[in-house]
Amino acid sequence: MSNYRKIQAEDCPCREGMFPRGKVSRRGLLFAVGSTVGVSSASLVRPALAAALSAPPGSIHYDVAADPTKEQGRPTFEDGGYGSRSQFETAVRLLAPNPNPNTTFTPLADLLGNITPSGLHFERHHAGIPVIDPAKHSLVIHGLVGTPKRFTMADIRRMPSVTRKHFIECSGNTLSGWTGQMEKTVQASHGLLSTSEWTGVLFSEFAKQVGLKPEGTWVLAEGSDGAVMTRSIPMEKMLRDAILAYGQNGEAIRPEQGYPLRLVLPGYEGNTHIKWIQSLQVSGVPFMSREETSKYTDLMPDGVAWEFVFEMDAKSVITFPSGAMRLPGPGFYEITGLAWSGRGRISGVEVSTDGGATWQKADLEGIPEPICTIRFKLPWMWDGKPRVLLSRCADETGYVQPIRKQLVEQRGVNAFYHYNGIQAWGVGPDGSVSNAAA
Amino acid sequence: MPPLKIALAAILVFGAPAGAAMAETKTAFDFGQPITSADLQRYLSIPPNGAGLPPGHGDASQGRMVYEEKCAACHGEKLEGISETGAPALIGGRGTLVTAKPFKTVESYWPYATTVFDYVRRAMPFNAPGSLTGDEVYAATAYVLARGKIISESQVMDASSLPEVEMPNLRGFILDPRPR
Repeated sequence: MSNYRKIQAEDCPCREGMFPRGKVSRRGLLFAVGSTVGVSSASLVRPALAAALSAPPGSIHYDVAADPTKEQGRPTFEDGGYGSRSQFETAVRLLAPNPNPNTTFTPLADLLGNITPSGLHFERHHAGIPVIDPAKHSLVIHGLVGTPKRFTMADIRRMPSVTRKHFIECSGNTLSGWTGQMEKTVQASHGLLSTSEWTGVLFSEFAKQVGLKPEGTWVLAEGSDGAVMTRSIPMEKMLRDAILAYGQNGEAIRPEQGYPLRLVLPGYEGNTHIKWIQSLQVSGVPFMSREETSKYTDLMPDGVAWEFVFEMDAKSVITFPSGAMRLPGPGFYEITGLAWSGRGRISGVEVSTDGGATWQKADLEGIPEPICTIRFKLPWMWDGKPRVLLSRCADETGYVQPIRKQLVEQRGVNAFYHYNGIQAWGVGPDGSVSNAAA
Repeated sequence: MPPLKIALAAILVFGAPAGAAMAETKTAFDFGQPITSADLQRYLSIPPNGAGLPPGHGDASQGRMVYEEKCAACHGEKLEGISETGAPALIGGRGTLVTAKPFKTVESYWPYATTVFDYVRRAMPFNAPGSLTGDEVYAATAYVLARGKIISESQVMDASSLPEVEMPNLRGFILDPRPR
């Protein structure tokens, strides 16, 4: 008997019929949680069950063997054929404190390598997460086209596909930089950034199927969520590299990321990557939807706002050491972080450990890919003195990540979106790391 | 002939005609099912010229009833917004865009009245998006615009009058000026 089932048999107040096949499942666990509500849970939940219920999201609790070399491990396929992460891993998305919960941040400091696990991809929803049956979902392409058409998911899965790694970043990422507010962690300051390997069909393939009229210069992408989210995208961008994506990191795209189909517009601000996409309407003018006029426009000090601010400019951030961490003492550390640009490949990253007085070239982990994050690293001997750590990057267009002062001189402090200034982390003599702005 | 030249010759001799034949015999795949304009009714969005606006009409007095029933709980009785609900203010804020505390509302910031109609029709009310009739959307839009002193209380909003409304911040936007 597995440990979990042992717990269930002994402790669950309503065990009959709940786990017909005796499978350990997250769903079962959730039912178990619900079942204790209102039955004086404190007295019923014994320590073992409490441990099971407190397994971090995405994991299942198993009792730890005293010596794993002296007993058989848990049975193969007990998970039903879909694995979960270790019960000792606790990184989760951070929920933004909005009246209507609609935003979560990726725990950047916990990430390894370059890909964001799908379950940790940041979220920004405008009307919750719809549940969509792919058998009933389709993409309609209409407007200034030769033949308006409907494409079922089965159609789309048969079309020639591409697989490409790209980041998606919300245009509101690092917005506290405008006002100089000090977010405590890199998750809160920079966590509206995630990188996935996306699989899908280029828009240009769809264009061949419907035929484009020459006067069609814009495309309105529309989601099938409760917000029926809409953004107008230049046709030039759509034909260059837009992907109708159904795959994320080797499996079907996650519901929070647009299952069964989302638009991926490499380098464009996150909200344009319409999730749960149901329609593309070709037009000669942008539609001036709510999201591209009243939201996602950048207000300048003269009262005029920039609109259709699509490309996310080059940005980098050190994720270790970063805010709210504590270095145990002087000695060797590998400084590491991420750099990215919505306009192409990262060409280089530099790190300063003395508040910008001197800069060193960081190692890039692998070969930069276009419009994708890349991990950078720099070996560092901390001498135990207060230090300020900075990173700055450049992309292949020659653009160099600016300091806050340069951005504020150009755009004031009320632009809200598209802040990409250099981030500073201060290391105190006690090893504590905190936001030092820049 | 060196191997490379032979290879190139092979491409030139056999490659080009093969490509031409492909074009002639139409090997392109043919995915997707043609659809009719009736199928497209649910997808029509409204650009500033009003193309696609549905039949129907409404004025501010009719809009007040719609607003009080469907909108006020979140946006407030005076369209002032309620921070606890997350619903923003809909009116006020003219002249604040150049100040340290810009107050962005339909009245002070939104450049097109058609956008109000389009957004309310597709996404409002929050607890039942897309549930308003065409008349209700015209009326609610008229109410917000009248309370923002953009149109008069008696002005009727319909497919022809709505695109004619000139919003206070119409000229408040420029295209992204960053170098490409």
